[in-house]
Amino acid sequence: MNALRKGVQLLGLPVLLIALWWVATVNSDNFFWPPLSEIAGTFRETWFTGRFTADVLPSVGRLLAGYGLALVLGVGLGVAIGSLPVLRAVLEPVLEFFRAIPPPVLVPVLMLFAGIGTTMKILVIVSGCVWPILLNTVEGVRAVDEVLRDTARCYRLGRRARLLRLVLPGASPQICAGARQGLSVGIILMVISEMFAAGNGLGFTVVQFQRTFAVPQMWTGIILLGLIGVLLSLIFRVAEARLLSWRNE
Amino acid sequence: MRRTPPPWALGGLGLAGLVLVLEATPRVGLVDRRYLPPFSAMVEALAGQAGTAEFWRSLLETLRGWALGLGIAMVAGVVLGLVIGGVPVARTATTSTIEFLRPIPSVALIPLAVLLFGTDLRSTLLIVVYATFWQVLVQVLYGVRDVDPVARETARSYRFRPLTQVRTVLWPTALPYVLTGFRLGAAVALILEITGELVIGSPGLGRQIAEAQNSGAVPAMYALVIVVGLIGVAVNAAARATERRALRWHPSIRREIPA
Amino acid sequence: MTLLDVRHLRKVYQGRGRDVEAVRDLTLAVGAGELVCVVGPSGAGKTTLLRCVAGLLEGTSGEVRLDGRPVVGPPPGMAVVFQEYGRSLFPWLTVRQNVELPLKEKGLGKEDRRRLVDEALAAVGLAGDADAHPWQLSGGMQQRVAIARAVAYEPSVMLMDEPFAAVDAQTRADLEDLVRSLWKRLGMTVLFVTHDIDESVYLAERVIVLSNSPTEVLEEVAVDLPATRDQLTTRSLPRFAELRAHVYKLIQQAKNGQRPVA
Repeated sequence: MNALRKGVQLLGLPVLLIALWWVATVNSDNFFWPPLSEIAGTFRETWFTGRFTADVLPSVGRLLAGYGLALVLGVGLGVAIGSLPVLRAVLEPVLEFFRAIPPPVLVPVLMLFAGIGTTMKILVIVSGCVWPILLNTVEGVRAVDEVLRDTARCYRLGRRARLLRLVLPGASPQICAGARQGLSVGIILMVISEMFAAGNGLGFTVVQFQRTFAVPQMWTGIILLGLIGVLLSLIFRVAEARLLSWRNE
Repeated sequence: MRRTPPPWALGGLGLAGLVLVLEATPRVGLVDRRYLPPFSAMVEALAGQAGTAEFWRSLLETLRGWALGLGIAMVAGVVLGLVIGGVPVARTATTSTIEFLRPIPSVALIPLAVLLFGTDLRSTLLIVVYATFWQVLVQVLYGVRDVDPVARETARSYRFRPLTQVRTVLWPTALPYVLTGFRLGAAVALILEITGELVIGSPGLGRQIAEAQNSGAVPAMYALVIVVGLIGVAVNAAARATERRALRWHPSIRREIPA
Repeated sequence: MTLLDVRHLRKVYQGRGRDVEAVRDLTLAVGAGELVCVVGPSGAGKTTLLRCVAGLLEGTSGEVRLDGRPVVGPPPGMAVVFQEYGRSLFPWLTVRQNVELPLKEKGLGKEDRRRLVDEALAAVGLAGDADAHPWQLSGGMQQRVAIARAVAYEPSVMLMDEPFAAVDAQTRADLEDLVRSLWKRLGMTVLFVTHDIDESVYLAERVIVLSNSPTEVLEEVAVDLPATRDQLTTRSLPRFAELRAHVYKLIQQAKNGQRPVA
């Protein structure tokens, strides 16, 4: 009974909405809003007959590469800057400025340097994702508890132990918050960099569909992008829950 | 005792350092000046831009699109947030849907927007509103959840009318969260506004950046990027100041919920 | 033999435009194996003193020596138990890992670490909670973990900074007895800072009373109570009452601004 109620709560509205969409478009001859049945019908043929390896995987691969690099860079630099108050004071306005630049404008800038290849796209993703991660790490390192710091000093924890046992775990809630922001920026940039200039990839393909007025196919692309966004945020949540399992919440 | 200089002086030093690096690296040939012109060239291009009517029109378009999108998203997010959050059944029923729709990248809607509205400013508005709406909605929902159950019960036991309940109980508790939503939403709205102009080609500074890049006007492109960055800084600072001002009186201790 | 030696310690905090002299001229000595309590009115610079002794804070002038060597940073062989038990334990580590971490840093082998951690946890009565996380324990139990960590470290000096100020009265009495028994069993030197007069008399062999800020030593009171103490009998001894009254009077004088006679 309880499980049934939970199931209804969880799936009720989504099922209802999809059903509504289905019914509302079932006899649709509106060019922009094809029947959902048609969209669903073309989904498999559109994406799983070659495009999955040709477009989807490269896109996601670039996203993960860029995001991973941004994590390493952001956390590494963030720990360094957060641990050195003078350096932090010097860099703060500069970092604030870089964070405030809407990341997509980096696409044309980085195209100058790196052309339109994979390198450019990864660079764009890195340079967009890195700021929220970096700035949150700096904040997190700064906010590590004073008494805990004293404790670590009293027991003469070495550099390595201080980093691994004190600073990184202490800053991890903030780092996760930054990493989450970074991930949504990363997905945006993955799509944008491909819409701007590319020969393959999800963003490229979806725009191609739009330009050739392959409307049902375009819809499948939008849905696929949505699913990827949802899937990645789910994976992120699982990872975060594991990483922060020590928290009493 | 060695005393460190005040933070603003150090920060100024950092900015000066950035300008110096931007000026020097192309001059000494560390990077190609076709790709990264010296800072002075960017400033020159900026001055040139400032003399054109197009620049100011674009600036206005960008700010207008941003404000409009943010405004619509705020109203929609706050109203829906109060309604959904205020009605327990609605809250439990919508949780999964919201959690599903929120991470959908708004840029996925770009092709649809272009198909529906072309390069019109409505295209950009659609993605701005979509992205910003979730930021606001989620914060408002957190805020409503934070309402003291005793206060809620009290209001109910005195048989306040629904609108009075909203005004006296829900709204004051949710306000700090609404303002946090405003701050986060303001930044997101600017990002998507510029993105829309850049990719879709709706009027604004983003389109000018794309045009400058296409025509090889590299210093002008950098100048516009700097302008956009400064708008971002201003938006962040203004949103933070608004939040602080509006909450000076507020007793509640707030936690920021990562969105 | 003097183990801990504080000589003419002075500490001035440099504020914006205004300097605050927290400690003026402190001289005190703690012998090896002694249990000494430091009491003073609130705001008397007790914590400043303790932080200087722990090597967490540098004095403006004067010196602190541990075992003949000047203290410039946290010295080896010193363990500190802070008042804020909730903040001095690593929340991401289990109880066992919290106690074990300093031992790892000392370079002890796995076997030794296991033995020391088990002994320490058993000594504070937490043998069954080794795998819990700190937030799963009550405040008093958390402070026991901090004490176990200090004990397992096998320090020559244990500093305690108002460790029981934030636990309830019942737990507090238990923890006081725990400190006494550990001290007697392990033969450590303990410097215990508190603002609680009863606690200082009950625990210490000697009570050092501080003046109010800027701090100096007002008087040292030897506690000639029997070595075996328990909450009920010791606290109802006439001598306990006398000592308590004496220290109380000193604290009142300190509050009224009385300085030691030069």
